[in-house]
Amino acid sequence: MAVYKFKTPISEEEIRKLNVNDVLYVSGTMVTARDQAHRRALEHFKQGKTLPINLEGLAVFHCGPIVKKKEDRWTIVAAGPTTSTRMDIFEDEFIKNFKVRVIIGKGGMGKRTTDAMAKYGAVYGAFTGGAAILAAKAIKSVRSVEWLDLGMPEAMWVLEVQEFGPLTVAIDSHGNNVFEDVKTKVEENKQKVYQKLGLSP
Amino acid sequence: MLEIANIAENVAFNLLKQAVIYLPEDVKQALQKAYAEETSETGKTQLKAILDNIEFAEKYKAPMCQDTGTIIFYVKAGTQAKDLDKMEDALIRATRRATVEVPIRPNAVNPFTQKNSGDNTGRLIPWINWEIVPGEDIEMTVLPKGGGSENVCVMGMLVPGQGIKGVKKFVVDAVLKAGAKPCPPNILGIGIGGGSDIAMKIAKKALLRPLDVPNPDPEIARLEKEILGAVNMTGIGPMGLGGKTTVLGVNIDYAYRHPASYPAAVAFNCWAARRATAKISADGTVEYLTHKV
Repeated sequence: MAVYKFKTPISEEEIRKLNVNDVLYVSGTMVTARDQAHRRALEHFKQGKTLPINLEGLAVFHCGPIVKKKEDRWTIVAAGPTTSTRMDIFEDEFIKNFKVRVIIGKGGMGKRTTDAMAKYGAVYGAFTGGAAILAAKAIKSVRSVEWLDLGMPEAMWVLEVQEFGPLTVAIDSHGNNVFEDVKTKVEENKQKVYQKLGLSP
Repeated sequence: MLEIANIAENVAFNLLKQAVIYLPEDVKQALQKAYAEETSETGKTQLKAILDNIEFAEKYKAPMCQDTGTIIFYVKAGTQAKDLDKMEDALIRATRRATVEVPIRPNAVNPFTQKNSGDNTGRLIPWINWEIVPGEDIEMTVLPKGGGSENVCVMGMLVPGQGIKGVKKFVVDAVLKAGAKPCPPNILGIGIGGGSDIAMKIAKKALLRPLDVPNPDPEIARLEKEILGAVNMTGIGPMGLGGKTTVLGVNIDYAYRHPASYPAAVAFNCWAARRATAKISADGTVEYLTHKV
């Protein structure tokens, strides 16, 4: 378990140094994107429209933050991760088209995303679910907000962050997936659990 | 003297604020214990981040989690209490105020148009569970219920012939299926019997029982412990990244069932198991029961 501190834009070469269970801190530019922002970004790409921000080498955060506006300035109040599996249907295309390097969320992602991360060079950083103030503290400023018509949680917030983490590298760019490993172990433990409760499988 | 309805609005606002910022002491202690006992390195990292986050939330007086949930109230209304007819409006006003002033995230979406109301209110939301009790006091509890843990709640009509064994399997399978999704370590509310709706209602309400208060029925208390021990053998661990703490506590409630039916429900709560309660007396004095003010 090594600790890495990366600054955006992150190169493919850098990202390939990471292995599962490493701890990563990201500084630089990060954007939030949930279901609706993923969908719209991919629609824009399909229609040949450019995105409001170039995402190459950046970190994408599965997060619907609480944001407060004070005299025309946005500040992030709380910003923990949301469940990433909902974005599994978009993420492979997202990584391929926009060359993002770090996907941040909670709960892990599936095979499609794991394969895309191996192919195009990206990692999944698990941020502790609900640790919204820990996250907010690392967010230094809101650069802009795009697509606010989608609502506060679904809009794309463009954030400047400093040592955002700790992120546990749960999917690396070599095809490894901690959540899949845990799933295998849990499946092995299942019989023991049944046995303890006097159940037959 | 202020009207009881106005007092109720203020109390509901304070409860919402307390709940989303300060975790109840019993939950905090359970998390600290889990951190001390966790053997997985990654699991320990997760629990440390949770404990740090709780501390920062208190320090900055900000919601501990950005998902401040669907707002659910439980109101024990004394039959002699004043302003009961104005209570629903008071709770709605408090919710709107909390959305702006705490702030809490707007989390009420129309399921047809997908439009977010922007103020945490909408048809039937905030949801209010009413209970009529003797007397003139009003006891009010708020449960801001997070979406991640809500998405794995399950209700099943089990086979009566399997009895409590069927329930055990149902609960274990629910935990295994939920995996990392409900932000473990979780609290499980288990509702048995009644009917399909009743089982889930009492399961969810069971989430309000503090972790250090055992079930008054020693047989059921034993069952709670047994299930807790078993689900913590799964290895899912904090945030599903592996480890020994998957569940912090198991709270069971039950109702008598129809001879042909065996309903069972599992309500999950995330580690951010938020709740706050207060009592309003007839003379307008307020006592906060879960949080010191």
